[in-house]
Amino acid sequence: MTTMDRPNDLTGEHGHDHHDGPYYQTRGSLLADVLNWATTVDHKKIGVMYLFAVLFMFFLGGAAALAVRYELMAPPRQTINAAGETVYTGQVFNLGKTVVDPDTGAAKTEYSLDTGNNTYNRLFTLHGAIMVFMFIVPSIPASLGNFFLPIMLGAKDVAFPRLNLLSWYIYVFGSIFGVLSILLGGVDTGWTFYTPYSTTTDAEYMRVVFMVLAAFILGFSSILTGLNFIVTVHKLRAPGMGWFDMPLFIWALYATSIIQVLATPVIGITLLLLIFERLFHIGIFDPGMGGDPVLYQHFFWFYSHPVVYVMILPAMGIISELLSVHSRKPIFGYKAIAFSSLGIAAVSFLVWGHHMFTSMGEVASALFSALTFLVAIPTAVKVFNWIATLYKGSIAINTPMLYAMSFLFLFSIGGLTGLPLGALATDLHLHDSYYVVAHFHYVMMGGTVIAMVGGIHHWWPKMFGRMYNETWGIIGCIIVFIGFNVTFLTQFILGTQGMPRRYASYVDEFQTLHIISTVGSWLLLLGFLIHLFNFIYSLIAGPKAPPNPWGGLTLEWEAESPPIEHNFHHEPVLRHGPYDYEDVVPPHCDADEFPLPPKPAPAPSPRVMK
Amino acid sequence: MTAINPETPDLAKPSGMPWESYTHGHHWRNADDEFDAAKFGMWLFLSTEVLLFAGIFVAYAILRMMHPQAFANGSHYLDVRWGGLNTVVLLLSSWTVAMSVRCAQLNQQKWLRINLIITLICAILFFAIKLTFEYIPKWSEGKRPGALFDYPYASDPNEPLWWSVYYAATGIHALHVLIGAGLLTWVLVRSFKGKYGPKNYAMVETSGLYWHLVDLIWIFLFPLLYLIH
Repeated sequence: MTTMDRPNDLTGEHGHDHHDGPYYQTRGSLLADVLNWATTVDHKKIGVMYLFAVLFMFFLGGAAALAVRYELMAPPRQTINAAGETVYTGQVFNLGKTVVDPDTGAAKTEYSLDTGNNTYNRLFTLHGAIMVFMFIVPSIPASLGNFFLPIMLGAKDVAFPRLNLLSWYIYVFGSIFGVLSILLGGVDTGWTFYTPYSTTTDAEYMRVVFMVLAAFILGFSSILTGLNFIVTVHKLRAPGMGWFDMPLFIWALYATSIIQVLATPVIGITLLLLIFERLFHIGIFDPGMGGDPVLYQHFFWFYSHPVVYVMILPAMGIISELLSVHSRKPIFGYKAIAFSSLGIAAVSFLVWGHHMFTSMGEVASALFSALTFLVAIPTAVKVFNWIATLYKGSIAINTPMLYAMSFLFLFSIGGLTGLPLGALATDLHLHDSYYVVAHFHYVMMGGTVIAMVGGIHHWWPKMFGRMYNETWGIIGCIIVFIGFNVTFLTQFILGTQGMPRRYASYVDEFQTLHIISTVGSWLLLLGFLIHLFNFIYSLIAGPKAPPNPWGGLTLEWEAESPPIEHNFHHEPVLRHGPYDYEDVVPPHCDADEFPLPPKPAPAPSPRVMK
Repeated sequence: MTAINPETPDLAKPSGMPWESYTHGHHWRNADDEFDAAKFGMWLFLSTEVLLFAGIFVAYAILRMMHPQAFANGSHYLDVRWGGLNTVVLLLSSWTVAMSVRCAQLNQQKWLRINLIITLICAILFFAIKLTFEYIPKWSEGKRPGALFDYPYASDPNEPLWWSVYYAATGIHALHVLIGAGLLTWVLVRSFKGKYGPKNYAMVETSGLYWHLVDLIWIFLFPLLYLIH
């Protein structure tokens, strides 16, 4: 594509001799290493630290999800047996409270439905809050994005490396508040902190304040990462790299960052007002004092709806990379995919009202419903382009590719099932039911998590210089795929039959489907554990990774595996597009391994045909 | 340092000041890129600040629409003269901070510091006026936000809500004044060490930009709170 005749080494003023080892090479002693990592401004180390932090949060939130699902296998019931005694069954979270009778001094165990229900409320809130604020919002941008955005642009680092480190510490600081709130007993408001739950429950404790404060602080981390990425993309592209020579993962991160920068401040002020409301009863969200609780919901979703695209857009970027690299096909419709990312970012700010259909006027609801359907257009543009990319490609069946295909399948289900929720008439029936739960899990987990796991496999050799075991990767992927569908497909059925979300108990008809769903969640656990052990094994004993195991053309594959401290030995100059598989033998690869595809014969001209 | 005539600096002659030996970060190709990026980053950050206050403005608009009488009463409690004086103080400080950037570009070290000091005095003045003539008397009269409201002569039951919006808006603004003043203090300290000059004034400029934002927010808060009856 772009060819530039510039000297390869533009970085003459700094010697490279002491920077030529892998970025994570040891400094000699454990203390020196810990200090080095704790004060590093290297985007790669920050990315790796983020990766481990978000994966830890994923397992913490996952444990809460497993507990929620376990409870739903046998919901709490209060019945009266033949002898006339009150009997409690299915009390997973209520082991009983030991009460000492003041008169006789005898200890006995008391049961009630409240304790179990309260625990259940805390667990699903914990699952939601951790997964949203501490895992999925920072997940891909802060880990894989931090590591690969500068390398894919051919830069040495992000624009503001110290700000990057600050954003990591803000993330840790915010997460500490979140975990503190859990250790103090948890929050039962749901992750959305709707008023008046969040302003009235748990009145004697600071737990809600801590959790809200955690979300507020984490917002700053998100803003700083987004700001850093935008400036980096504008200012640090390699010589020769125009806007349309950027990998699509970068386009997706760019669109994501715009949303992060523009939407997060609004949640900042919202949560700040919520904290004021809770601590000083300022009344802005309290109808008793003339305030408006729905105002809180508007504020909240003005951030939180755009933010679901913060969650999914980077995943879409990963999928664009995986499908193209592992089918050795130029991406179909590069500009369409790039612009659809920006299109999604733009539309994302106009649809928040669909979370309040039941509390708005008809005209506003209809308008928001129409705007919501608009999101389907750029999204579908992407999906069709991805499928067209696979057409006649030489598809490699490996873990990243299987995850990309899982994404296409699951995300399409997730996207299409969103349409009935965007339509006013059907939403009245489906809102706040398990259908909604299934829908957003198909998009968030079937979309973002699946793409992230695929992306981690894809870039694992680059990040850590070791190959993972492909067989176990594929086995894990298949188990995750089956487990996911068993868990969440059943919830679509439950939802349409009327099972409401956020209830610890339900009528008996739902039990079979709930049990199936819970078994699915165990399969998911098994699949993720296989990946976990595969990764640990790879770190310890995996074979050394070549610099370009997949034959990718983006700049990160020109770097060593793992990259050196300054990413490249010389500042790279872009000489081909990110997906020019038909014209370029990949860097570090032989033409035998990755031969150029045979060119099709030129079309006969009309004159010859005569 | 004294060799430099502040009126006609000789930029070609090295004088051994710290700003002259400034080198850009190693991941930048040149100092211009680094400077542009710093400014661009600050503008992005300012957009987040505008959106933060946008939330307050929306809350103001919605609640004013719901309770017009309470808000009309509320703005009558505020003295437009003190608000106006504070507006003048902030506008003056915006001018001096802009001048300090110019002085850094021209290597007028003395005037760089004088302008920064005037800006900081304005910040202190703003706080002094806000506290002595607004916050403290109003709080002691019982004109407090929400549940703390204790003013016996309120004629509209929703007046506490007005005070909630007033304290939230001006309080968060005051916090930004504080952050801006902190930034400028840091710049002032470093300017005494001779860190800023024609080759290195990004920090002066970005802190100045932040200070203008603080001013800008007040320009919107002043009419909303004091002038609309």
